[in-house]
Amino acid sequence: MSICLDSVSMVSMGESIISNISLTVEPGTMNVLLGPTQAGKTTLMRLMAGLDKPTSGRILVDGKDVVGVPVRKRSVAMVYQQFMNYPSLSVYENIASPLRVAKLHADEIDRRVSKAARLLGLESMLDRAPHQLSGGQQQRTAIARAIVKGANLVLLDEPLANLDYKLREELREELPSILNQTGAILVYATAEPLEALLLGGITATLSEGRVIQCGPTPQVYHRPSHIDSARVFSDPPLNEFTASKQAGLLRLGVDVTVPALGRLAEVADGIYTLGFRGDMVRFDTPWPASVSLPGRVTLAEISGSESFVHVETAIGTFVCVERGVSARQPDQPVAMHVDTARMFLFDRAGLPVAIAPDS
Amino acid sequence: MARITLDGIAHRYDTRSQSAALKRLNHVWQHGRAYALLGPSGCGKTTLLNIISGLIMPSEGRVLFDEKDVTQLPTERRNIAQVFQFPVIYDTMSVAENLAFPLKNRGIDRRAVKARVAEVADLLGLTRDLSRRARNLTAEAKQRVSLGRGLVRSDVAAILFDEPLTVIDPSLKWQLRSKLKAVHRALDLLMIYVTHDQVEALTFADEVVVMKDGSVLQVATPTRLFEQPEHTFVGYFIGSPGMNLVAAEVDGHVAHVAGQAIELGARYPKLAAGSTKLGFRPDYTFLVADGSGVPVQIRRMEDLGRRRLARVALGPHEIFATVPHDVPIAGEQAHLAIRQDRLFVYAHDELVSGDRR
Repeated sequence: MSICLDSVSMVSMGESIISNISLTVEPGTMNVLLGPTQAGKTTLMRLMAGLDKPTSGRILVDGKDVVGVPVRKRSVAMVYQQFMNYPSLSVYENIASPLRVAKLHADEIDRRVSKAARLLGLESMLDRAPHQLSGGQQQRTAIARAIVKGANLVLLDEPLANLDYKLREELREELPSILNQTGAILVYATAEPLEALLLGGITATLSEGRVIQCGPTPQVYHRPSHIDSARVFSDPPLNEFTASKQAGLLRLGVDVTVPALGRLAEVADGIYTLGFRGDMVRFDTPWPASVSLPGRVTLAEISGSESFVHVETAIGTFVCVERGVSARQPDQPVAMHVDTARMFLFDRAGLPVAIAPDS
Repeated sequence: MARITLDGIAHRYDTRSQSAALKRLNHVWQHGRAYALLGPSGCGKTTLLNIISGLIMPSEGRVLFDEKDVTQLPTERRNIAQVFQFPVIYDTMSVAENLAFPLKNRGIDRRAVKARVAEVADLLGLTRDLSRRARNLTAEAKQRVSLGRGLVRSDVAAILFDEPLTVIDPSLKWQLRSKLKAVHRALDLLMIYVTHDQVEALTFADEVVVMKDGSVLQVATPTRLFEQPEHTFVGYFIGSPGMNLVAAEVDGHVAHVAGQAIELGARYPKLAAGSTKLGFRPDYTFLVADGSGVPVQIRRMEDLGRRRLARVALGPHEIFATVPHDVPIAGEQAHLAIRQDRLFVYAHDELVSGDRR
């Protein structure tokens, strides 16, 4: 089975929500929709589910146009950001509810509920009410209910966004293997680059209702086909600055000029946007070929395993990643070195000029 | 100048209840320091803050501001400022009037008020908004005004923050974190900050108080919490992914884990299996290609963009390890190297110090 969106657009109240998206999703892999709020992820999922009709374009299931087929006649399950369970029913009955609606035999219900509960580690909580569970367990219950009926299409709309970070971390680790056992087409929307990387599979980067890039997740991350794709797939945000190359020099601002080294020495004269992620920069020691700038620390945001160091320079503020707990203090001067071997180089239209080698 | 001492504080919401919301605790909060109370919901951090502010009278113990016992005093007589989750401001007043309000109430002369309002507005980036009506501000700016109202009095013993960045859009949080940090550096005040967000706690505080189930597990600098967790929960809670924790039997210089001997680099007393664990962070655990180290089976490789992690099995234990960029991984077998100075032994979840001689 496959679902194919063919030139799908959606206009609502005069505003374009989805612009000419063509995309095919199949079972056997995770299909990740990655984009910020308002990028069109939820609308795209509602179109796939049959909850909304596109303004134009076709939606094909195994080659057959299903636009207009109501959602109850489709085999779809959905998990939302908010934990949605029946408060008066036990965990068991919550998971069993779609099977009761389908009027399955009690033995079959029991078999399927047990299996789904085992997959999600809920076996010891089946008799409890949802309010007696942690947020993570409530969302596990909602996921178990989504997979229990064996729907052909399972849509997950930022299912972990409302969880505390430690619970999110645990479920992120478990979800890919749990979901892959269902055999369903899996579509997973998230705003978080790290989540997309952990889920693996195939990622489509979305921005303002358009698919910018679609491909194997690590490839989309490491080789953005457009600056917007790199922007969507960077956390902390992609650092960018404009550079004008002439006679072996890069003019970066009104009075900031640095030598064009490494790959930058090879490209033609002209105006470029240089983009770099926080880990493509280090302090103090230059790379074999760097763009180097003096700066001043404004803040080190510390998460434990890594720190986001905000650095103010003559051409803007950049966010750099250091491993572990950074000891850098506000106002401390630093020398910032960007690795030209890994940085991205875009032309004025946002297209990559030379593809950065895999880092 | 002020120092706050908690002397044998404990609290139960229900006197018949067996479990304490806050277990007995002694701590001195030093003047000029910034502290964060960090832990999952229900850990007791808000109870602790409310005891300091006077919203809750503790079931046991005393609260001292410098030498003065304030245990029985209500909030308004404790000389503290508070900042809450949601903005507390007067919509009809201008930003300047809002900031001046806590001072005017105390009969401070107008020129001093004006100077202080200007100083606080400058710190929080509100200078250009001083004459605007508060009601016209964004949620983020309103919360900055709220912070300003908390900071404007220079005579307070402490400023208490209860998850002040909850309503702030994630993309703007770092700016306010940066403001808070700047404020702390500029104003010589005791600040206590409650949060369930580790980034907020570690970024803001000089010292972080990690709590769970009503107990304080460790009070330390962010670096120390990460580099030397004194409790298994601290190892798990700080860092992403958290510390690897595996059941072990420890004797002298060696730990036995799932039939493998691991050198500890320090000498320990004999510790029985069952209550003994070995802890080591994924950040200091590496897959190695040269065949040395502990043999493990690779379960999964994860390309997390700026780092590669491997999920490996050591007997029944699942472990996260860093895969250095220059280590090629082929097949299912690999070896593990753990940095010895970052390898810790825990008995009943508490750190046991070894003899490193």
